[in-house]
Amino acid sequence: MINAHDSAIVRAMTRLLIPLIQLFALYVLCFGQYGPGGGFVGGVMLGTSLILGILVFGPVSRACLVAKKVTHGDGIGLIIFAGVGGLCLIGGGEFLNYANLEIPWLDTSSRRYLGILLTQIGVAVDIAVTAISIVFSLSLIDDSEESHD
Amino acid sequence: MTYVFQILLLVLLIMTAAGAIMVKDLISSVLILGFYSFLLALVWAWLGAVDVAFVEAVVGSGLATVFFLLTLFGTAPKDTHIRRVAAPPIALLGLPLLGLLLLYSAEDLPRLGDPESPASVHVSPGYLTGSLKETNTPNVVTSVLMDYRAFDTLIETAVIFTAGIACALLLRRKRQ
Repeated sequence: MINAHDSAIVRAMTRLLIPLIQLFALYVLCFGQYGPGGGFVGGVMLGTSLILGILVFGPVSRACLVAKKVTHGDGIGLIIFAGVGGLCLIGGGEFLNYANLEIPWLDTSSRRYLGILLTQIGVAVDIAVTAISIVFSLSLIDDSEESHD
Repeated sequence: MTYVFQILLLVLLIMTAAGAIMVKDLISSVLILGFYSFLLALVWAWLGAVDVAFVEAVVGSGLATVFFLLTLFGTAPKDTHIRRVAAPPIALLGLPLLGLLLLYSAEDLPRLGDPESPASVHVSPGYLTGSLKETNTPNVVTSVLMDYRAFDTLIETAVIFTAGIACALLLRRKRQ
């Protein structure tokens, strides 16, 4: 029920904006430890860039195909987050205590820095995939693969 | 003199909040709500909560508006036009009294930025002084969210994941 937009201006602007949004999202994600932002906002912006593509280019476009592929990763972000916590358990400490990540050449504060970065990536993946998945649910685009069944 | 902008901001905030409730059409209501979220993001930034302002601008006025609009496009036009009923007199009398009561009790809240308020004497000094030394992270909000309070964030991520799964289970059916 979402159709491609007819206006050439909107399509050209969207084509220009999507990479810029994704670049800014990656910046926000990676520099969340130094400035405002972090995994949550970065994930929402990554998801929003693909949602913009779905809304403007319609359900039979490359943006929508990419988004359909992305929704297969539902839950991977949560696994990354909980997996980092599990690695801390294996390292001999408490769950999600990043000081116990067993990386020999890093001191405690660098290990916690790495733990924060990895869990932020997990949160970003989870949020982005969930946002796209909810848009597919609400817009009633059939996101199953057309090849089988 | 910068108070002029802040008063203007707060007046606009109240006007958009009232407008989102009072407007007849639900689609206009959703758009006004997006504008309200954007103004609220400016208020957060003014109060110094830049991370919250960022989230409010991206989620409140971006993603939530798209979700609301997609939901409205999936419904029939007669559902999105609301009929209003007149407010009962007890509400007209009681709600201003409740507002007065809240204003009265707001006098006892700590001032904005008060260093002696209970929120800034318990664990906050530990986070503020320890974040850079213990985690190499200058942004204290990120280190509190992702390290000191990582359990909360893990469960929040699980909640968002569950929301996506619940939407898919409720809305995606096999269509013939």
